Amino acid sequence: MPVASQRSRGSSMRSRETAAGWLFTAPALIILGLFLVIPVLMALWVSVSDWDGRGSPLAGDVSFVGADNYEALLTGGGLTTRDFGTSLRNNLWYVVLVVPLQTVVSLTLAMLVGRRAIRGRGLFRTAFYFPSVTSSVAITVVFLFLFSSTGAVNKLLSFLSIEGPNWFNDPRGVLHIALAGMGVDSAPAALTTGGLLGVTWWEWLAGPSVAMVTLITMAIFTTSGTFMLLFIAALQNIPAELEEAAMVDGATSRQRFFRVTLPQLRPTLFTVITLGLIGTWQVFDQIYVGTDGGPAKTTVTPAYLSYTASFGSQRWGEGAAIAFILFAIIVTFTILQRVVLRERTTVPRRKRFLQPVDERRPS
Amino acid sequence: MTRRPTVALVACLTAVSLAACGGSGFEEEPTVDSTGGGDAADADTASLRMLIGSSGPAETEAVTAAAAAFAEDSGHQVEVVAATDLAQELSQGFAAGDPPDVFYVGSDQLAGYADNGSLLPYAADLENASDFYPNLVDAFTYEGQFYCAPKDFSTLGLIINTEAWEAAGLTEDDVPTTWEELRTVAATLTTGDQVGLVTSSEYQRLGAFMEQAGGGLVTEGEATADSPENLEALTFVKDMLAEGSMAFTGEVGAGWGGEAFGTGRAAMTIEGNWIAGAMNNDYPDVDYLVAPLPEGPAGAGTLSFTNCWGIAADSESPEAAADLVAFLTQPEQQMEFARAFGVMPSVQSAEEAFRDEFPQFEAFIEQADVATTPPNAAGVSDVIADLNAQLESLESADPAAILSSTQANLEAVLGAQ
Repeated sequence: MPVASQRSRGSSMRSRETAAGWLFTAPALIILGLFLVIPVLMALWVSVSDWDGRGSPLAGDVSFVGADNYEALLTGGGLTTRDFGTSLRNNLWYVVLVVPLQTVVSLTLAMLVGRRAIRGRGLFRTAFYFPSVTSSVAITVVFLFLFSSTGAVNKLLSFLSIEGPNWFNDPRGVLHIALAGMGVDSAPAALTTGGLLGVTWWEWLAGPSVAMVTLITMAIFTTSGTFMLLFIAALQNIPAELEEAAMVDGATSRQRFFRVTLPQLRPTLFTVITLGLIGTWQVFDQIYVGTDGGPAKTTVTPAYLSYTASFGSQRWGEGAAIAFILFAIIVTFTILQRVVLRERTTVPRRKRFLQPVDERRPS
Repeated sequence: MTRRPTVALVACLTAVSLAACGGSGFEEEPTVDSTGGGDAADADTASLRMLIGSSGPAETEAVTAAAAAFAEDSGHQVEVVAATDLAQELSQGFAAGDPPDVFYVGSDQLAGYADNGSLLPYAADLENASDFYPNLVDAFTYEGQFYCAPKDFSTLGLIINTEAWEAAGLTEDDVPTTWEELRTVAATLTTGDQVGLVTSSEYQRLGAFMEQAGGGLVTEGEATADSPENLEALTFVKDMLAEGSMAFTGEVGAGWGGEAFGTGRAAMTIEGNWIAGAMNNDYPDVDYLVAPLPEGPAGAGTLSFTNCWGIAADSESPEAAADLVAFLTQPEQQMEFARAFGVMPSVQSAEEAFRDEFPQFEAFIEQADVATTPPNAAGVSDVIADLNAQLESLESADPAAILSSTQANLEAVLGAQ
């Protein structure tokens, strides 16, 4: 009898706790469901339907077309495929340059500002962080002025007797320019015949256009501050004794950084690179405000193409399909770098007392 | 005791979420009113919403005033909204099944909206349907249906800086009427920082040369991008670029021809009527005159640009909306718009009035008969965007290659019709 009553009381207690738990999470769940899950599912449906932008995509006259939209983008071979290929090429160069550079720059800044000896640390920290909190639209407009053909940057260069390029109007790829400087003006036939997604290998190898380089500069300028903060926090978590121990052992400052500090920063590094990848694959506002994809389509990105295909050309299915292909790309890249940054030989300290078998690899 | 607030909270949250889901009408079929005049919405007082892609305050005020005059006349209510991004806001309206009743549609957007059934093809039933210029009717005719009434139009003219003209020792007799003369004059006007002729590199300008050579992108529904006439036109432009007597806007650090012209980097440019407003606002001290574009090997030719008054198929009061459009396209009303923001009336009956009142823009209106509107078939705007991307590097590119890739793209979209 007491046991039974206890159990019933316990279970009712638990059920009440469960109800309370659901209740407390309900607002977040409802909001996430309404504004995240349902829209994502609807977009997924649009990407496999022939919805043309009139009325609800869930109405009766919208039909399922399978992978047609994806095929048009990936294997269609027409202008649609070429545009998508071009946008991927542009964005790939952007990612390949921005992610490593902003990681290195933000870590460097953190090391400089994180020093306890430096004077006016707060001032520098604020100065470096400031671009990150400014709206991207405002910064884009400022950069448009700075890099106009008669703007401040070219004025500066002209003092050094360098004739600056016409930054935002120059569609030439940086690698092509470099090759032309070495006397290679046209592509070898092997590179112009083959290609991927309607873009020849020669075009894939063009490098970012001069206009894209300004956007890359801008991205590094604006995001380094945020990641600098993450690194500063991580650096402050590293106990000073480690540094001292390394010094006692006779490690040079180089060794201390690469062998002691950097391994400690691995989780932060992972965070920074992941956030960087996600952010750089989704460039939109700088393009929308600044370049509209020009010059010569060299700053069109998949995110911007998705927008123009939908809102401009009323091809909503293709626009949604681009978004999901982009999602797949981001996930792939994240998994890839997860594998690259995996802890290999050492057991993390928090797992020192339980060593799962699968963690140990024969060396 | 402790339960009660919980229950209340749950009830409240449920109510909120239901309210949030309720209004969205996922399964609501938009109703199209096909019954005509007997509908309650089309009774004496319909309330109409107008969405315009305005070029500036002058245009917004003029359209608002016209709408108010119509409301005064008819007893309907008209609300005018100036869009910040017309294409985006229209798309949102169509997707929600609640579009504005009347809105601007560019001739390049017509195909997309007509294809998905968003537009009401009302224009053929207008009383003044025969008064519109034929090439404007063509611009808004899609698959044999005359969809919407042209609002107004602009053609391209040769804009000449009179001060630079006189400084170079040129007279009125030197205004170029042929390609060769244009070339000579541009070379004469090229001095120091000033380039003889500056235009933007897009088809929307260089296409005029194609027309003058007797070419064009689409001829009677067939793709004709790689014609020898077009090649001749692009080669002529490329030669002028190579001589340095012509440059694209990007090279001189301008956003468009008007800016290059106003800042004095260009002695001549090729732009449409809209340059008048820009010159008044931004460069009031620059004197200029407008000449017709020079004739090419095949005679005179220019491009015209136009918007129409679209009416949504889902509009609750299509009749009232059509009345509003009829009111707005009257000759006197169109002259009001011409005074306010420089466009030309889309009806032939207002041509005389326009010539009398704006002799300085005679060149624009007299080209109305030789003007072509850019093709409006579905997908063509993407092809033109791709052509524009290639034209940016015309100076170093092979015109024949540009035209043949455009031909392939055009054949793909026209074949898909």
